[in-house]
Amino acid sequence: MGDYLLLAWTWVRASAQYRTSFAVSIVSSFAINALDAVAIGIVFTHVTTLGGFSLREVMFLYGTSGVSFALADMLFGNVERLSQHIRAGTFDTMLIRPVSPFVQMAADGFGAHRIGRLAQAVIVLGLSLPVVPWSRAWMVPVMIVCGVVIFTAVFTLGAALQFVLVDAPELANAFTYGGVTLTQYPLSVYGEQLVRGVTYIVPLAFVNWQPALYVLGQPDPLGLPGWLRFASPLAALLLSAVAALAWRAGIRRYRSTGN
Amino acid sequence: MADFVLYLRLFQYGFRRHSTYLAAALAGAFTNTVFGVLRAYVLIALWEARPGLAGYSLTEAVTFCFLTQGFIGPMQVFGRGLSFGDRIRSGDIAFDLVRPAPLLLWSLSEDLGRAAYLTLARSLPPSIAGAVMFTMVLPVSPWFLPSFVLGIVVSFGWRYLVTLAACWTTDDRGMHTLSALLTFFFSGMVLPLGLFPGWLRTVAEASPFAAMVQVPADVWLGAEPAWSALGFQLFWAVALLGLGALLTAAARRKVVVQGG
Repeated sequence: MGDYLLLAWTWVRASAQYRTSFAVSIVSSFAINALDAVAIGIVFTHVTTLGGFSLREVMFLYGTSGVSFALADMLFGNVERLSQHIRAGTFDTMLIRPVSPFVQMAADGFGAHRIGRLAQAVIVLGLSLPVVPWSRAWMVPVMIVCGVVIFTAVFTLGAALQFVLVDAPELANAFTYGGVTLTQYPLSVYGEQLVRGVTYIVPLAFVNWQPALYVLGQPDPLGLPGWLRFASPLAALLLSAVAALAWRAGIRRYRSTGN
Repeated sequence: MADFVLYLRLFQYGFRRHSTYLAAALAGAFTNTVFGVLRAYVLIALWEARPGLAGYSLTEAVTFCFLTQGFIGPMQVFGRGLSFGDRIRSGDIAFDLVRPAPLLLWSLSEDLGRAAYLTLARSLPPSIAGAVMFTMVLPVSPWFLPSFVLGIVVSFGWRYLVTLAACWTTDDRGMHTLSALLTFFFSGMVLPLGLFPGWLRTVAEASPFAAMVQVPADVWLGAEPAWSALGFQLFWAVALLGLGALLTAAARRKVVVQGG
C-alpha cells in the first residue's frame, strides 16, 4: 500500500512537471470519454426511453459504471501494459525488486490525467441522482465499490492472459473497455444470451445493472431471481479470487524472454 | 518509372511490417467485433423504436455498424499518428526531409501498405461476424472500393498533418488526443451522422472525418449518389495532401540540424 502510494505519487510529480501537457491530457481524457455521454444524449433526442429506461435512468447506469471503471482504470488499469513490459524485458526488473510485481505494474506510469475521465462520470452520475429514492441511496456507494473491484479483477484477468498471449494484448480490451461500454446502457437492449453470459460467466451485470434494478425499482426483463440484485459483493469477491489465482498462475509459468 | 518501383516497394514494406503482427491484428479484429455487437444492439433498440431514422432501415443501421467497425483498422479512426512521429522527436526526421523522395509520398505509400494489410486482417472479420450473427445488406454500387481507398487517403492526409505538427509543438500527445477525439466523433464512428441534431450534423457532414467513415459506408448502402460522395472525398484528399506538402516545405525550413 505504502509502496503503491509512493510509486504513484512519483509518477504524478513526474507528469506534473510538464504543466501544459498535463493539463491538456486531463482535459482530453475528460472530453474523449464525454463522447459516449454525448452519444446517449443524441440517442435520446430521438426516443424517450431506451430498453424501457428513461434518459435519467440511463445516465444513472452510465454514471455508476463510468465512476467504477474510471477508478479501477486509474488505480490498477496499467496492469494491462504487461505484454509491453514482457517484451521490453522490464518485467524481469520488477520481479527482482522487493515490491509485489502487481503493485509495481499498477503504479508504473500512473496516469493522474485519468482524473478527467472520473470527473466526467461523476458529473453524469450527479445529474442522474434525482431518480434515486432516498431509502435506496445506500446501494449507490456499495455498487460503485463492487464495480471498482469487478473492473480491477477484469483488468487483472486480461493482464494474466497476456502471460500466455504476449502478442495479442488487445484481446483484453474486449472485456475491459468492452465491459464499460456494455454497462453504460441498460442490459435490456442486448440479446438474452449476452445478458446471461455477463451475469453468470463474466459477471459484468453486477457492476451496476443488477443493483440498479433495485435502486430504480425496475423489474428484471429476463425474470432472473431477485436476490441477484444484492449479489454484487459476492460476484466481486468471486471474480477477484479467480483473477488473483490467474495472476499467480501467470507469474509462476512466466519465462523471461531473456533480454 | 524508378519512382513508381520505389513507392511500390514502400507499399510492400508497409504491408509486410504489419503482417508480422498477425496475432495482434486478430486480437484487434476480435475486439472490434465485440464492440460491433454492443453498438449493434443499441442501434437495434433505437431503430425498433424509430424505424427509418436517418434514412436507414434497421438492417442498414446494423450494416453501418459492422462496416464502420471494420474501418477502425484501415482508417485508423483512433487518430493515431504516423510512424515518423518518433523520428521527429529523435531528430532523425532531418534525414527524411532531405531524401530525394518526398516525405509525403514516402509515408503515403507505406501507409497504404499498412491499410491494405489491416483491411484483410481487421476489416473482413468484423464484417463477416456481423453478417453471420445479425444480417447485413450487400453493397449496392461498385464505387465502394474507390470510396474506401479515398477514405484511407483522407485519413492519411489528416494524420500526416497531425504528426508533422510535432515539429512545432514539442509535445505531440495533446495533438494526438485531439485528433482522436475529432476523428472518432465526427467520422460517424460513435453514431451515424444522420442522427446528429441540426448544426452539429451540418458541421460533421462537411468535415474531412465524414469522408473517412460515414461517406464510404453510405456508398456501400447506396444512401448517397456515388459521384457526389467521391467528389467530396476527392476534395478533402487533395486539400489535406496539398496542405501536407506545404507544411512539409515549412518543416524543412524550420528544422535545424545540430552538428556532431
